[in-house]
Amino acid sequence: MARMAGRRLLFAVPVLAAVTFGVFAIAAASPFDPAHAYAGSAGLSAGQDTLDQLRANLHADDPFTVRWWRWLTAALHGDLGDSSALRQPVSQVIGERVGWSVLLCAVAFTLALVLGTLLGVLAARRRGGLLDRAVTGAAYALEAAPPFWIGLLAVWFFALRLGVLPAGGLTDTGSDVVTADQVARHLVLPAAVLAVSQLPWFVLYVRQGVGDALEEDPVRGARARGLSEHTVLLRHALRSGLLPVLTLVGSRVPELITGALLVETVFSWPGIASATVEAATSVDFPLLAALTVLATAAVLAGNLLSDLLYGLADPRVGFDG
Amino acid sequence: MTARTIRTVAAAVTAATLLAGATACSTPSDGKDGGTEALVVGIANEPETLNPLLGYGKDGNSKIFEGLLRHDAGMRLVPALAAALPKVTDDGRTYTYTLRRGVTFSDGEPLTADDVVFTYRTILDKKTNNPSKGELDAIESVRAKGDDTVVFTLKYPYAAFAERTVLPIAPEHVAGGQNVNTGPFNTAPVGTGPYMLTHWSKGEKISFKANPHYWGGTPKVKKLTMAIIKDDDMRATRLRSGDLDGAILPPNLAKTFAKDKSKRTITAKTTDFRAVTLPTDNEVTGDTAVRRALDLAVDRRAMVAAILEGAGTEAYGPVPGGSRWFAKGTERANDLAKAQRILDEAGWKPGEDGVREKEGQPAAFTLWYPSGDKLRQEHALAFAADARKAGIKATVQSGTWEVIEPRMKNDAVLAGGGNPADPDFDLYNLLHSSLAGDGFNNMARYANADVDRALEEGRRSGDQDERKRAYDTVQRELADDPGYVFLTHVDHRYVMRDDWDGPSTQVEPHDHGLGAGPWWNVEDWAPKK
Repeated sequence: MARMAGRRLLFAVPVLAAVTFGVFAIAAASPFDPAHAYAGSAGLSAGQDTLDQLRANLHADDPFTVRWWRWLTAALHGDLGDSSALRQPVSQVIGERVGWSVLLCAVAFTLALVLGTLLGVLAARRRGGLLDRAVTGAAYALEAAPPFWIGLLAVWFFALRLGVLPAGGLTDTGSDVVTADQVARHLVLPAAVLAVSQLPWFVLYVRQGVGDALEEDPVRGARARGLSEHTVLLRHALRSGLLPVLTLVGSRVPELITGALLVETVFSWPGIASATVEAATSVDFPLLAALTVLATAAVLAGNLLSDLLYGLADPRVGFDG
Repeated sequence: MTARTIRTVAAAVTAATLLAGATACSTPSDGKDGGTEALVVGIANEPETLNPLLGYGKDGNSKIFEGLLRHDAGMRLVPALAAALPKVTDDGRTYTYTLRRGVTFSDGEPLTADDVVFTYRTILDKKTNNPSKGELDAIESVRAKGDDTVVFTLKYPYAAFAERTVLPIAPEHVAGGQNVNTGPFNTAPVGTGPYMLTHWSKGEKISFKANPHYWGGTPKVKKLTMAIIKDDDMRATRLRSGDLDGAILPPNLAKTFAKDKSKRTITAKTTDFRAVTLPTDNEVTGDTAVRRALDLAVDRRAMVAAILEGAGTEAYGPVPGGSRWFAKGTERANDLAKAQRILDEAGWKPGEDGVREKEGQPAAFTLWYPSGDKLRQEHALAFAADARKAGIKATVQSGTWEVIEPRMKNDAVLAGGGNPADPDFDLYNLLHSSLAGDGFNNMARYANADVDRALEEGRRSGDQDERKRAYDTVQRELADDPGYVFLTHVDHRYVMRDDWDGPSTQVEPHDHGLGAGPWWNVEDWAPKK
C-alpha cells in the first residue's frame, strides 16, 4: 500500500512538470497579449514607449520555454512568482481563495455522495418501479445539463422569483464582515447546484452496483436463509454494491473542479475559479501554472485515494504491482 | 483496516477539511454593520489595481487617496493636499506646490513633501508597471524643498501640467521598500482620503469605511460598497431588488425606473467620444475628399436619437459642444448632397453596385470595432450605412484589440476616448504627427503641419486666450481635413435611491470606474432628513 502511494507520488513529479510545460505552451500560443492585458483600459491610451517598457518588465517577449524553466526552478525553491493580473504574489492569491473553493467543493461533494447513495439504493431496491424510473430519468437529464445553466436557473428561481436566497457573493453586498451565518446562507445555492451537477453519477453507479448485488448468489442465499430484507440490504448488498462508488469518488475530482469553476463564476464566489479565468485571459503565466499544478495534484490525489480505498475495502483487488 | 474504519476515517477527514477550510477563510470581523448611512453602488468596471503608483485614481476622485489638486463639480482645479494652486514660474517650466498643514495618512503618519516626491519618482521609474506613466512625460525632475514644498521642473513649458497633479499621493513609509508591482501595498492601501479600504473581493466588490481622521471632516456616509456587476441586466435587477442603492445603467434600462418615485435618474455629460479613424496611409481614407465626404455624410443626430436614445450629443471633435474650449462654428450638419459633390469633383466616379471608383481603386475600406462592445458595433454599422449612401463602402468587422492593433495602419477603427480635464490631453495624443502610430496614440497617423503648430502653442502657452485661439485653429483644421469622423459624445446614466442630499455630476471621462458617477463627491453627502 505504501509502495503504491510512493510510486504514484514519484510518477506525479514528471506529470506535473509536463502539465505546466503544456500550460506555458498553450498560453504562449494564445492570441492574448500579456502587456495589453496587464495595462487594461489604460493601455488603450498608452504610447509605444510605455507599452514597450511594460513588455520588458513583464518579460513578455521571452520564449515560453525560458519562462517555464524560470518559473519551474523558482517554484522548486518555494517561490511561486507574482501574479501580474492580480498584482500580488501567487502564494497570496491561492492562500486567500483556495479555502473558499475547498469549502464549496467539500460541501457539494459530501452532499452529492450522501444524497446519491441514498437515492441510488432506494432506486435499486425496486428496479423498474415508479421511484426508480423517476430517479433514473432525472439523473440522465441532469447529466446532460451544464452546471452554469443549472446555476443561472437557480439564481432566476430562488433569488429573483422567490427572493429567498442571495444571488451571489460570499456575504451580503452591503456588508464586508464575514460571518458564519452569512457565509452559510450564501453557500446554499452554489453548493446545491454543484452537488446537483455531480449527483447523477453517484445515483446511477450506486443503483447499478446495489441492484446487481441484490441479484447475486450470496444475497439470494441470505434471503433463502430467511434473513430480514433490512439485514440483506445493509449487510450483504450494500457492501459489494458500493465498491464501484469508491472508484467514482476519485474519478469525479476533475469534474468537480471544472464544475466549481463554472459555479463560482455564476455566483461570484471568491474562490480560485475567478482567479483562474482572470489568469487565463490575461496570460498570467505564474498564476496559471500554479493553479494548474493545484488542479492536477487534486486529480492525482483523488485517483490515488480511490484506488487505496478500493484496495482496502476489497482485499481481492490488492494494490497494483 | 476494514471498510468500516475506512469510512469512518474518510468522514473524519472530510469534517476536518471542512473545518480547516472554514477557519482558514474567516476574516476577523470588526463587529459593526452598515446602518442607514451606508451606500451600495453597482459599477460595471473593476479597477485593475487600487495602487496609485500603478495608475489607480490618476484622474482624481480616488476614495482612498488624494492628489495635490482635485476637480470641483465644474471640473475646475482646486487645492486638495496642496494649500493653494501651484506657483508657475520660469515661463511655465517650474511648478511649485506648498502642502496643506496637518494632513495625516489614515495610519496616523503625517504627509510630507517626501511622500509626494516618492510617489512621482516611483511612477516614473522604468521598473514600475504603470501603464499611464506616459502622462507624466513632461516632468524632468521633482524634488522636495523642506517638509512642505515640492518643486516640479518640466522638460518644456506645459500649460496643462497642473491637471496631472490630481494623481493620488502614496505614503513612502508604507509603500516604499517593497516591490511596487506586487507588494502588500497593492491589497492594503493607505492614503489621506476620506475613505479607507476595508475589503476587496476581486470580481465581487470593494468596501470602504469613512476615515475618522480625514482632514476635511469625517464623511456622513459611513460605509461605501462598490459592487462589481458586469452585466447590465443583472445590475438593474439588483437595483430593483434593493440590493443596490445606485448603479450605472444603459439608457434603455434606466428608462424602466422612470416611474419609480423612490429613485432618481441622473445624467452626466461627458467628453466620452466615439469616432472612426481614417488612416492617412490608406489610399481611400487618406484622400482628403473622401474624409470630408464621410464627415458630411454621417447623420450624427440620428445616431444620438437611435443608438443613444437621446442620451448624448453630436460630436464634431474630441471637445464636446458644451465645453468652453469648443470652437463655435465648426458644427457640420448632415449634408449628403455636398458629400457627393465633393467626391464627384475629386474624381471618385460611381461604379458598379453603387461603390465609387477612382483610377481603378474602389472607394472601400475595412472598419474594425472591438468585439463584444455593443455600443461601438451600432456606431460602426450606422457609419457604414451612411457612408454607403455617399458611395463609399466600409466593411464592418469585429475583433479583439490583439487582432485590430496590427491593422490600424491601414484599416479604420471605431475608437473611443475622452478626458475632460484639458483639451491638450485628447487633442495632442490624437492629432500630433510626432505620435503617429505610437501605440494607441494618433491611431489614424494624422499629419497636418498647421495642427502640429497649434497643438504646441496650446500646450506651451500659459495664457488662456492664446490657448483658446490655438485650439480653435485645431478644431477648424479638423473640420477641413478630418483625420477622424467624430460621431457622438455618450452621456452616462445613473439611477439611485433618492435618500441623500449632495449628489451631483462632473463632466465625465471615457473611463468610468470608481471615481466617476454621482458618487464622485460622496464624502460631502448627508442623509435626507
